[in-house]
Amino acid sequence: MIIKNTFRLCLSVILSISSISSYAELTQDRKQQLEHLLKHDCGSCHGMTRKGGLGPALLSDNLKNKSDEFLFLTIQHGRPGTPMPPWSEQLSNQDINWIVHLLRANKPNE
Amino acid sequence: MNNNIIISVLLVFSSITLSACNSYKLRGTGDLGLIIERAAGKIQVVEHSQNTSLAQINGLGDLSHASIVYSRDARYGYIFGRDGGLTKVDILQQKIIKRIIQSGNSIGGAISQDGKLIAVSNYAPGGVKVFSAETLELIADIPATYNSNGKTMQSKTVGLVDAPGQRFVFSLYDAGEIWLLNMSKPQTPEIRKFKNIGSLPYDALLTPDGRYYIAGLFGEDGLAKLDLWHPDNGVKRILDNYGRGKQQLPIYKMPHLEGWTQAGDKTLVPAVGQHEVLVMNSKWKQIKSIPVHGQPIFVMSRPDHRQMWVNFAHPKNDTIQVIDTESLSIIKTLKPGKAVLHMEFTPRGDQVWMSVRDEDRVDIIDTETFETVTSLKADKPSGIFFTNRAHKIGL
Repeated sequence: MIIKNTFRLCLSVILSISSISSYAELTQDRKQQLEHLLKHDCGSCHGMTRKGGLGPALLSDNLKNKSDEFLFLTIQHGRPGTPMPPWSEQLSNQDINWIVHLLRANKPNE
Repeated sequence: MNNNIIISVLLVFSSITLSACNSYKLRGTGDLGLIIERAAGKIQVVEHSQNTSLAQINGLGDLSHASIVYSRDARYGYIFGRDGGLTKVDILQQKIIKRIIQSGNSIGGAISQDGKLIAVSNYAPGGVKVFSAETLELIADIPATYNSNGKTMQSKTVGLVDAPGQRFVFSLYDAGEIWLLNMSKPQTPEIRKFKNIGSLPYDALLTPDGRYYIAGLFGEDGLAKLDLWHPDNGVKRILDNYGRGKQQLPIYKMPHLEGWTQAGDKTLVPAVGQHEVLVMNSKWKQIKSIPVHGQPIFVMSRPDHRQMWVNFAHPKNDTIQVIDTESLSIIKTLKPGKAVLHMEFTPRGDQVWMSVRDEDRVDIIDTETFETVTSLKADKPSGIFFTNRAHKIGL
């Protein structure tokens, strides 16, 4: 199981790195939906203002030592052993890139 | 004689003073409630006799995951905000009486059996603080310290409830412990710790009779049960391995255990990471699992226990299912709209109010016909809390 997960993780690293920075093809509507998701649904654990809750705080200062790839993979695959779920079934690579972009912004969008 | 005149004068004077102060209409609070408008940091005062909104109270800070308890006279609400805010509001005067920021990050609270103490469960710094219900002055600070590989850490606390005997009970999320806090002597709190209760307790409930405290575990399939009549017997595991052999699904929202159903000899609880509601018999053994629409969040009993209403985690949170507690079958599926976050029954269960967050609405539904009676506008509503909670153990 662990080997299989590691394999999947490696595979997706290879697959995703190539597309990691792009969110150019997202529509404005989709971007807004994702902002809503970040605020309200991610917010149910990380706080609506991203100051943390059961999950860690996600303000840009908290994340400055984490790479974009790390954030991307955490969202895509979750964090085993913690309540952070994988979002890959609901979010495309571009969706996740946009969320990483939002997380880097200084303030949560009001 | 002289005394009588003085008393009469005083009576006349005091009644003039009273009527001058009394700018609001005289009324009870038994049909009132508060609705959290989470994004805007405000609450609505509502009443469920005519189903109307009476007022808004602003300035309550970050209300994501906010909850409310009521004073025993059901006049004051205590709102626990995510930002560590503890706010006391007067429901009749519809205003904030006092507001303090008591921690960096909090998750909920409880009021003591005698109504004099408010306890707040904190994530950061992890622990519980106890305040005077009257003044919100700090009475006790209980850091949730535990030992992790030789280092002293502070755990996030969850599942805080009041229990008979001036006690509070809560769980340590990071430490896997349950603490029983006795506040009979407020200046010298007594703590009894139960360790190794299981991995990552995420929420807990107290049975309505105040006897059993049950913590849900995120880190393993099972629940941890403490019998408050016999705490010496320690914490026992129930529903062990309920998901055995099944792949756990990704969990997009933690279930809540409050409002669970004990119907006759059966108890129904949400399964973590499964599209199931679990049914236990009176010996706490699983006798059935009911397949449902998604991952259950709240599994809430109508006050007569005949029906159980279930809402679901993202992305299936547009749906409500109603389970008949006798046949244990789903008798109704409703689609109120996007993001149904919370439900609250009127005290005798004729109606249920539900917040439909993404549609900025609170729907009021007849629990016999399942028709929507009316809807109220609300700004990203989440929790709905009626004042009859004032008189329930564990709420």
